[in-house]
Amino acid sequence: MTSPDTLNTEQQYVTLVIAEQLFGIPVLDVHDVLKDQRINFIPLAPNQVAGSLNLRGRIVTAIDMRRRLGVEPEVARHSSMSLVVENQGEMYSLMVDSVGEVLSLPSSRFEKTPATIEANWREVARGVFRLEKSLMIVLDVEKLFPQIVENDAEAA
Amino acid sequence: MDDLLVEFLTETNESLEKLNLEIVRLEQNPGDMELVSSIFRIMHTIKGTCGFLGLPRLESIAHAAEDVMGKIRDGKLAPSATIVSLVFDSLDQIKFILAMLGESGTEPEGDDSNLIAALRAMAEGGDAGSGSHAAPHAPAPVAAAVSTDHTPVSADSAELEAAFAAAEFDPPTPDAAASPTPAETSFENALDAIEKKEKASATKAVQAAAVKKAEKPKEAEKGGDKDSNQTIRVGVGLLENLMNLVSELVLTRNQLLQISRSEKDSPYKVPLQRLGQVTSELQESVMKTRMQPIGNAWNKLPRIIRDLSNELNKKIDLVMIGEDTELDRQVLEMIKDPLTHMVRNSADHGVEQPADRINAGKPEIGTVRLEAYHEGGYIIIKIADDGKGLNMGRIKAKILETGLSTEDDIAAMSDEQLQQYIFKAGFSTAAKVTSVSGRGVGMDVVRTNIEKIGGTVGLWSVEGQGSTFTIKIPLTLAIVSALIVGVAGERFAIPQLSVTELVRVSANSEHRLEYINGVPVLRLRERLLPLVSLHNILNLPAESDSKKSQFIIVSQVGNQTFGLIVDKVYDTEEIVVKPVAPILRHISVFSGNTILGDGSVIMILDPNGVAAKIGDLSNEQRAADADAKVNATRTNEAMAMLVFSAASQTPRAVPLALVSRLEEVDIKDIEYSNGQALVQYRGSLMPLLTVTPDHQIGTEGVKPVLVFSDNKRSMGVIVDSIIDIVEEAITINLPSETPGFIGSAIIRGKATDLLDAHYYIHKSFSDWFRAEKNPSTNSEETGGRTGRRLLLVDDSAFFRNLLAPVLHAAGYDVVAIDHAQKALDLRDKGEMFDVIISDIEMPDIDGIELAQTITSGGVWADIPCIALSVHTDPDMFARGRAAGFVDYVPKFDRDALIQTLAQQLNGMSIAA
Repeated sequence: MTSPDTLNTEQQYVTLVIAEQLFGIPVLDVHDVLKDQRINFIPLAPNQVAGSLNLRGRIVTAIDMRRRLGVEPEVARHSSMSLVVENQGEMYSLMVDSVGEVLSLPSSRFEKTPATIEANWREVARGVFRLEKSLMIVLDVEKLFPQIVENDAEAA
Repeated sequence: MDDLLVEFLTETNESLEKLNLEIVRLEQNPGDMELVSSIFRIMHTIKGTCGFLGLPRLESIAHAAEDVMGKIRDGKLAPSATIVSLVFDSLDQIKFILAMLGESGTEPEGDDSNLIAALRAMAEGGDAGSGSHAAPHAPAPVAAAVSTDHTPVSADSAELEAAFAAAEFDPPTPDAAASPTPAETSFENALDAIEKKEKASATKAVQAAAVKKAEKPKEAEKGGDKDSNQTIRVGVGLLENLMNLVSELVLTRNQLLQISRSEKDSPYKVPLQRLGQVTSELQESVMKTRMQPIGNAWNKLPRIIRDLSNELNKKIDLVMIGEDTELDRQVLEMIKDPLTHMVRNSADHGVEQPADRINAGKPEIGTVRLEAYHEGGYIIIKIADDGKGLNMGRIKAKILETGLSTEDDIAAMSDEQLQQYIFKAGFSTAAKVTSVSGRGVGMDVVRTNIEKIGGTVGLWSVEGQGSTFTIKIPLTLAIVSALIVGVAGERFAIPQLSVTELVRVSANSEHRLEYINGVPVLRLRERLLPLVSLHNILNLPAESDSKKSQFIIVSQVGNQTFGLIVDKVYDTEEIVVKPVAPILRHISVFSGNTILGDGSVIMILDPNGVAAKIGDLSNEQRAADADAKVNATRTNEAMAMLVFSAASQTPRAVPLALVSRLEEVDIKDIEYSNGQALVQYRGSLMPLLTVTPDHQIGTEGVKPVLVFSDNKRSMGVIVDSIIDIVEEAITINLPSETPGFIGSAIIRGKATDLLDAHYYIHKSFSDWFRAEKNPSTNSEETGGRTGRRLLLVDDSAFFRNLLAPVLHAAGYDVVAIDHAQKALDLRDKGEMFDVIISDIEMPDIDGIELAQTITSGGVWADIPCIALSVHTDPDMFARGRAAGFVDYVPKFDRDALIQTLAQQLNGMSIAA
């Protein structure tokens, strides 16, 4: 996948919302969008791991993105939306608050992540798109996972 | 490369494998005509296909080899070792050319004329060998063959080949069989006819192949042909994919079934049931695609053994049993090489030269026996030879030479231990390195490879009788049979392999949980089984309803046996193990995850990980086992125990000898000072303690109190009720990590906690021992509070724990040791004591011997020794006296011990 800031073309992003913040993931990275999956709890797992689920015969690990980003979990989640992404041959389902439309964005609107943003957000952000009404953070899927184990090790 | 060529390559390679096997078999059973025909047919097909595809080099070799086989079939040639070797050579050459063909797509340049000439000479020699009348005889069998039951096309074409060969090598021979009307036809005509037939032979060969396929079912019925051409090659990826799809299908079916259940009289019901059945069968079949008979890994072995016996001039029989035993192809791949190596080793190192065998009184032909069978989810493969066995002398020499161990250590080792050294890297006892083995890279690699797939290698060997290697490997790596259990509403899979037993416990069943200070144990066939709750291991909330029945999964990992408490046991299921995501790999108690039939994802517990998690516990358990053994022998004598209940359902007990009095205290009389409960007792304040800090004693009523006292100081332990006084031999089963308890024992058939009196005395008089050292609190009565040193020798930890506080409380500075030798060590170090108390029955050095040693001389010669024993008969008493003990005290008589001590020490101070 090419970095948006080196290529002056449009790229498509699936938008999603976590704790009222708009995020985007390149559409080609998203395998699936799931709604209301039965998630099987995994004891002893890092708390950012919500559990595992069965996606057409493949085991997918569900990541609670609110916990991953260190924001308060929703008090009552009526329905949950998930985006399925792949990392090093493993499938992960990112549980988010909602999934929005697919946007086609020109790289001219792309900027680096401001340095003042909290570290645990910055490390998973590839950059920010200036949209008409809001800002959209581009999630770096690769960076989402290694940290989970480390964080857990620290907590333990 | 041409598709046709690829197909030809795979098919021909398969045929060659088969030929390898069959030719060895032929050598052993030269008369098996069916085998000869089969070999001939295969050869013929290879030759025919080569001609058809335009591969002249291969064709000519196959042709020549086929000729030889033709002669054998016609009975003109016996399948001697030389002939078979030659045929093997040609097979190798064909293989070589095939390999080159596979790489480049064309036949390599090369000259096979030597080989072909040799083969032809052999074929011809066969003719000549059968006598000078060979030529005239030739037509008869051929003609006969034509008229017999052979399939027309193949026979026809095959016979023609033979005839052609005969004509070619022996031109003057009139060939009768070549033409349908023998005798009259001229020689030229015959040749012509043969040539025409030969040109058509490619087509014939194809037809022959077709006929051969048609013959298949017949052969299968006869059981003559194990290998089957009715197979196709499918990529493993495709199978995996198929498996996933089937899982998906199962999931969908289950959903459908659920829907149909909610609707009464649904017209879909019957078709759904059918769908369900078919799905299950499909699932099973797909699972089976991964399985392969172990014979596939053995195919090469007969040839290897044959070549080896020729090379080494040995006579070896390879016996293979259980070729049909199936195992996962992944496992099969991994054991192929180790197996080959081991069979080779057995033939090379194991089986002796024929002369040596005869000298040793064994049959001339050695046997290497290969055996495979299923046993409890494992495949057992045995490789046994009746050869010379492992040479212990040489192993020992080699161990010394390589510096792996010292001579002393070797002397102490059993044969089995020594034999294990052959699995060490660089260890070979073959006197000389042959091309086959003896390089010392092997057995260690074999072992590593087998262990990699979760298997083990065992070795049994007796010098002069042979060696047997036993390999135990799991059936499959991917599919395991697992027990599905439920804990706190979650489900988990436990591999069946580690489950030895399942016990259901509930309040009114035969088995129930008993608690030792909140820690559950189970009595299972007169043993206490340590239990761990899966809730605790997985950090899940425990279910509080203890009335519900629970299940204990008794598991064995290595030498550890423990019970896992779970809430529910569902079923056993064949599960497909899938690795967990990298972000979960650090959780050691899981070995993978899997999708169940109903589509849910569950974690697979790793018994090793679980065992490691409770490892500390079990180490203690082992230590306690060791201790318990000592105690078991030590406490065969009955001991009076006061059994009471306090703060728990579990009965508790304390040796009666330790309790000075039993009192009843009205709770209203309890006063508190500085948070410490006190009661007025015999004119002074006596501190009171509960058995556990959180034990609620209530606000009114009368409670029994166990009073532990020494001289003027007393303390009480409040209990709920006194149950009984029991005189029973006890065995301490578990040491307790809980303060206040020494351990547990079965008393009157119930698990009972043993109270540690020392702990409570200590707790209520934390100043006690400090006070001891203060001369102002010196008690005049004993006159012994100023640091009289006392040595207590007793091998039982229990008694040391029991006596030390009593003696301590009596004002002695107690050094307690568990072994008489340690006492002597202390003496040698120059330690001094005022009095020695020793147990009589101890391992290695008993009390009698210790007393004799001490009193017979040295710096301790004048120290009074007091014997302590459960035996109080006069004989023992006399023996003790004779050995130098000044007094003899029964083990549980606390007062007598204190009195005796005081007498002895006072007497001594008077004497001094």
